[in-house]
Amino acid sequence: MDITFLLNGETVTLTQVKPTMTLLEWLREHRGLTGTKEGCNEGDCGACSVTVQDQDGLHALNACILFLPQLQGKAVRTVEGFAAQDGTLHPVQEAMITHHGSQCGFCTPGFVASLVAAHSNGARDFDDQLAGNLCRCTGYAPIIRAAEDAAEAPVPEWLTDALPSAVEEPEREPLQPESSDALARLYAQMPEATLVAGATDVGLWVTKSLRDLHPVIFLNRCADLRDVKVTGKEITLGAMVTMRKMRDVMAPLHPSYGEMLRRFASTQIRNAATIGGNIANGSPIGDNAPALIALGATLHLRKGEETRALPLEDFFIAYGKQDRAPGEFVEKLVIPRQADRLKVYKLSKRFDQDISAVLGAFNITVKRSKVSAARIAFGGMAGVPKRAAAVEAALIGQPWNEETIANAWKAWQQDFEPLSDMRASARYRLDAARNMLTRYFLEDLGAETSVLAVRP
Amino acid sequence: MSVAKPLPHDSARQHVTGQARYVDDIPVPRNCLHLAFGLATIAKGRVTDMDLSAVRAAPGVRLVLTADDLPFANDVSPSAHDEPLLSDGSVHYLGQPLFLVIADSHLAARKAARKGEISYREDTPILTIDQAMAADSRFEDGPRIWARGDAAAALKSAPHQLSGTLEVAGQEHFYLEGQAALAQVQDNGDMVVQSSTQHPTEIQHKVAEALGKPMHAVRVETRRMGGGFGGKESQGNALAVSCAVASAITGMACKMRYDRDDDMIITGKRHDFRIHYTVGHDDQGRVLGLEFVQLARCGWAQDLSLPVADRAMLHADNAYRLPDIRIESHRLKTNTQSATAFRGFGGPQGMLGIERVMDHIAHDLGLDPLAVRQINFYDETGATEGDAAQRNVTPYGQQVTDFVLHDLVAKLRDSADYDARRAAIADWNEDSPVLKKGIALTPVKFGISFTLTHLNQAGALVHVYQDGSVQLNHGGTEMGQGLNQKVAQVAASRFGVGMESLRITATDTGKVPNTSATAASSGSDLNGMAVKNACDLIRARMSDFLGSHLGCPADEINFAGGLVHAGDNVLTFAQAAQLCYENRISLSATGFYKTPKLQWDRLKGDGRPFYYFAYGAAVTEVVIDTLTGENRVLRCDILHDAGSSLNPAIDIGQVEGGYVQGLGWLTTEELVWDTTGHLRTHAPSTYKIPACSDRPEVFNVALYDNENAENTIYRSKAVGEPPLMLGISALMALSDAVAACGASYPDLQSPATPEKILSAVQRVQDV
Repeated sequence: MDITFLLNGETVTLTQVKPTMTLLEWLREHRGLTGTKEGCNEGDCGACSVTVQDQDGLHALNACILFLPQLQGKAVRTVEGFAAQDGTLHPVQEAMITHHGSQCGFCTPGFVASLVAAHSNGARDFDDQLAGNLCRCTGYAPIIRAAEDAAEAPVPEWLTDALPSAVEEPEREPLQPESSDALARLYAQMPEATLVAGATDVGLWVTKSLRDLHPVIFLNRCADLRDVKVTGKEITLGAMVTMRKMRDVMAPLHPSYGEMLRRFASTQIRNAATIGGNIANGSPIGDNAPALIALGATLHLRKGEETRALPLEDFFIAYGKQDRAPGEFVEKLVIPRQADRLKVYKLSKRFDQDISAVLGAFNITVKRSKVSAARIAFGGMAGVPKRAAAVEAALIGQPWNEETIANAWKAWQQDFEPLSDMRASARYRLDAARNMLTRYFLEDLGAETSVLAVRP
Repeated sequence: MSVAKPLPHDSARQHVTGQARYVDDIPVPRNCLHLAFGLATIAKGRVTDMDLSAVRAAPGVRLVLTADDLPFANDVSPSAHDEPLLSDGSVHYLGQPLFLVIADSHLAARKAARKGEISYREDTPILTIDQAMAADSRFEDGPRIWARGDAAAALKSAPHQLSGTLEVAGQEHFYLEGQAALAQVQDNGDMVVQSSTQHPTEIQHKVAEALGKPMHAVRVETRRMGGGFGGKESQGNALAVSCAVASAITGMACKMRYDRDDDMIITGKRHDFRIHYTVGHDDQGRVLGLEFVQLARCGWAQDLSLPVADRAMLHADNAYRLPDIRIESHRLKTNTQSATAFRGFGGPQGMLGIERVMDHIAHDLGLDPLAVRQINFYDETGATEGDAAQRNVTPYGQQVTDFVLHDLVAKLRDSADYDARRAAIADWNEDSPVLKKGIALTPVKFGISFTLTHLNQAGALVHVYQDGSVQLNHGGTEMGQGLNQKVAQVAASRFGVGMESLRITATDTGKVPNTSATAASSGSDLNGMAVKNACDLIRARMSDFLGSHLGCPADEINFAGGLVHAGDNVLTFAQAAQLCYENRISLSATGFYKTPKLQWDRLKGDGRPFYYFAYGAAVTEVVIDTLTGENRVLRCDILHDAGSSLNPAIDIGQVEGGYVQGLGWLTTEELVWDTTGHLRTHAPSTYKIPACSDRPEVFNVALYDNENAENTIYRSKAVGEPPLMLGISALMALSDAVAACGASYPDLQSPATPEKILSAVQRVQDV
């Protein structure tokens, strides 16, 4: 593939690049820019963080699972490109020195990239901004002091790039369709292709499974797949809507969903990961599916000119098996508008950037003290994201009280036979899932049940 | 004087601009080759057939080596010569290197390494402590037992007895920079190695053995590591030796770095322990008799497990006087990664055992655990003779003469408002059915010195150039702890010059030979003193000359503020250096230091293994969710003893970082092996070190003003390891929170994941 982007303010044009070469590999092995580090090569440590500027602004991304073609027409800055030409440091770099924010220094370039992005966007939620950057030396305290100290400084004018104009771009690339129609035609012709949206999952097929993917179709230029539409009736999310955008959309409508997305992966991953990818990869531990099932979302698939819609829960047939034909792709998701009764409980060993051991989504409607409707779905409890049908049945029509919850005890075992793995035991999963219903009930009564809400 | 100033890390500017080079960042010579290991996929057995044809045929592969292809020693062990670089046919753990791929690129080597067709005859692996005990699979011929007084009799006659078992978690180092090495054969066959190692001399030694050459033919250089934490004390040997052997064979430069998953699957971690305790105590919680059985899972090779297990025994007392005690230590051999050094080196495990005992006693008696801890403290006074001294003696016979915890804890208790908060938490818990808070104050007393006494030595090489600039070399390695800056501050102070006059260099076995690992928190104690001695030699020569040349007594010549004052004459340091040079005065010197007063018999468990002790204490407050076990640290207050700090900013950084690393060890960081011996948590996606939001929301860290009683470098104290154990307060606070859920003892195990906490809550609620 041929691509053009800006690197630290300079135009770079690459011809015939391997589509699955990561930005990190290219920077370090080909460009000789070794400031950006490889810590894990899977997007979990943030040592490879860089900033990428596009029409949506400037954001941090993990270079280790970012393929070069995804950068088409964008502006990348690495740790070598945050200071001014004359050596004047970016305010966050200066603050990191002043506040002793680096010890071994290996994670530092990634932290600096994340901090530069946060600073540019005026973000002050530093724990969330840095959730995707691991540091093993400092205990983070001095890094946060640096972030707070630099927050008031103006954004240096040298940081903003003028994006390459379309004129400068190379010939239209056939494997980077620019609309869902073009994608539909292309994918129908080559159903064996791998679709790359944000590459936060597919990236690992390359860096960890060492797979040679061919052919690859990149979705990043399908502008219409990024559409979001919120009406009085429904919320429509294109498949390429990122988790960052999704959080912005969902947080005001369903705050608990928004809170889950705050903890979903990390800032860098949310900047890349898409809702389509999170659904289409069929993971039983993807965090969106249970929440969307609980909201009664409909999945829209497309193959060529054919489109179809199905309830999201029907998409997941069995572990590793989804109801998706060759050449068919996720086009959009539609969520019905409703009064907010949704609670999403994400349970993991670590609050931030951790894959859920159990994710429970509860959407229970109570009318005249009785449960009138219930949609409850879980991740991590089965080979697929799964509805708790027996539990729902045990609740519906019953008084909304502790006795009803206790009476549903056995239904949980009918719905779920979870596995034990490195994240949790089967017993814990079942116990915690049951207790989540109690939490939902107590919260409904106004009790505080989140340790995150407790202040020192 | 530069000493005691809170200067930033010497590489801080390079860190934040991406200019700081690590091994994988060094520009490589043309045609550099890249290496990767093919790994065993079973935990125990023999290789019956190894078909490597697909590996050899893979794109970019130059050469594939097996054990038979190695020219000399096939061993990378730092201790017992029991760790073949490549398997000799026997497989001891899942992840053991079987063959070595040499290819054109890192990616090509990794891809090819997966193509080996290996046939095995599998044996049943010994994975767990129970399996190892049942099979009597161990290092050494039996358990090591140290005893003082008569624990059995004291237990029997004590008014109260308790017993229990604690699982002490292992821990992955998760240095952000994975293991890496680069070797280039020289024109005469000598080898130059760049290694991310805490122990360049060990790399030199093992590379020389592997090449069949004397140590003088190998030079090892280490500029910096991207974190070490003990994980680069011995675990870099395999990569450096591989690169050296491959470079010798191919004539090309060879580089190897582990992918993160390979790193976690191949290399050793902190030893996990199981500790059984039986304690007898009085009504105030005073320990009268105590028996510990420490079961350490050492993995497949001996590595550093014996001194690690020794140090666990040496910290079984922590801060407490235990006159009648018996400690039995089993060093178990299992078919898992060979457990290795990790910040604290067994000390944290041993210390957690006694802190658990204190917690259990307090619960049994319904007392504030702090009161039980304090009543058991060693005496404050440092009597060195008579009955008082005999009272203040450790289970291993060392007198504690510098005990400061009475005062330190009193100050912390006050500054952290411990008593009022403890009362407020009890009230809060009364009104909070789902969420419960807990608080705990725990102390640390950590012994400073290598317990293998001969390691307590260091060398330095200092050059003053004729322009007055100073080049500094010492045997310590920089892994982020700021050692180079602290040592440079010492040198600047000795010469009375500014930091800009000094150049810190990479650690180089050609400059300073026979070094010890930068480990045991000893870096600045040993190397700071060696550098001081070298500087003082040069300064004395300069003074002698300048005195006679300028006509003033040598001992009245003063080096300060970049100037040399000699009687009425004032020279800049550069002028003085120039004058000395022109008068043929040697301006280069080696320095040497060995720690005094040490004497230790590890078999008997008797003597003085430590030059002194470092102290600290932490108060941690937590909140737990009794429905899910989710939990959070709300606040932490720390007072830590770094002696007269060489650099308070760097030392506070060690304390903050150490605490959070200790917090991770005991909470979110869980290593999980499946029943085949496969480590299932081999990447940050599954192994969770603390993230930014896991640090305490309120985090007050201060240094305790306390000049070292021993004559260390500027009366400072070692600070690398001790703060890690401040994290124990978090586990004890979680235990306190769980205890608020019911009457029985929480018996909270580590790591205290949400699952373990919920399990403890259920235990407490059910009984």
